[in-house]
Amino acid sequence: MSINFAELTVGQDIGSRSIAVTRTDLVKYAGASGDFNPIHWNEAFATGVGLPGVIAHGMFTMGAVVQLVTDWAGDPAAVLDFQTRFTKPVPVADTTGTPEAGAVIEVSGAIGALDAAAGTARVDLTVVSAGQKVLVKAQAVVRLA
Amino acid sequence: MTINPDLQGRSYPAAEVYDVGREKIREFARAVKATHPAHFDVAAAQALGHNDLVAPPTFAIIVAQRADAQLIEDPESGIDFSRVVHADQRFTHHRPIVAGDRLVAELHVDGVRAMGGGAMITTRSEIFALAPDLAPDAGADADAAGVREPVATATSSILVRGEGQ
Repeated sequence: MSINFAELTVGQDIGSRSIAVTRTDLVKYAGASGDFNPIHWNEAFATGVGLPGVIAHGMFTMGAVVQLVTDWAGDPAAVLDFQTRFTKPVPVADTTGTPEAGAVIEVSGAIGALDAAAGTARVDLTVVSAGQKVLVKAQAVVRLA
Repeated sequence: MTINPDLQGRSYPAAEVYDVGREKIREFARAVKATHPAHFDVAAAQALGHNDLVAPPTFAIIVAQRADAQLIEDPESGIDFSRVVHADQRFTHHRPIVAGDRLVAELHVDGVRAMGGGAMITTRSEIFALAPDLAPDAGADADAAGVREPVATATSSILVRGEGQ
């Protein structure tokens, strides 16, 4: 592993990325996860229950943003603990047939805490879509040493 | 229909085995846009010290949501699935999930709290890996015997919106 634990500092930036999301991505996630709630793929159903339209699975967002941490740590199994609260839905516009994204999720990470005895770092993620924080207290504890 | 307050403290025993397959790990990894080779290439996973392909950090949701379905579909629970909103989620991994694992989940209802006309329900899935041929309902005795191993704890809160919410 290329990370030198002794050189890490609280507040350190671990990077950021933009995740483009389409309706097709939501259908794929539904199939992969087994979560077929129609609010994630059926516009009429979603608006019928008071949503602005089809929204991403909270678990899609959670699962996608943690890749920033996995890739930084170098091993997916290094993520010992991962939690979040889902505060705002991520509406995904229907851009079928165009190259446009239906939504963009922006994620950035910073070290929130270090535990030298355990050899772990807590990475705090900031997750924003369309200018709104969609996850709150998104924290991953990663074993690095 | 209102949420049954007696749900708190209820448990649902492990009912069925979930066999973790390589292609499911690859499919789930693609679905969350994961690109790490340990999800796709057995040799890459083994180079990191794992027996087989490693599941992404949120893969356990498949097993946890199957366990949650027992509660949501329980006619005694009073939960209308179309009014459920996922409020929070946590995974604590005791060891990585890898292809070839036989997983089961015990579901515990840790909290039921009235919120407006609805309720916030907190569940905890204790996920275990079983030795080959061990029945799903093997209990704590199997832990001591080394044939059932704690793999992950998945904690989830769902908000069941009341009428007009």
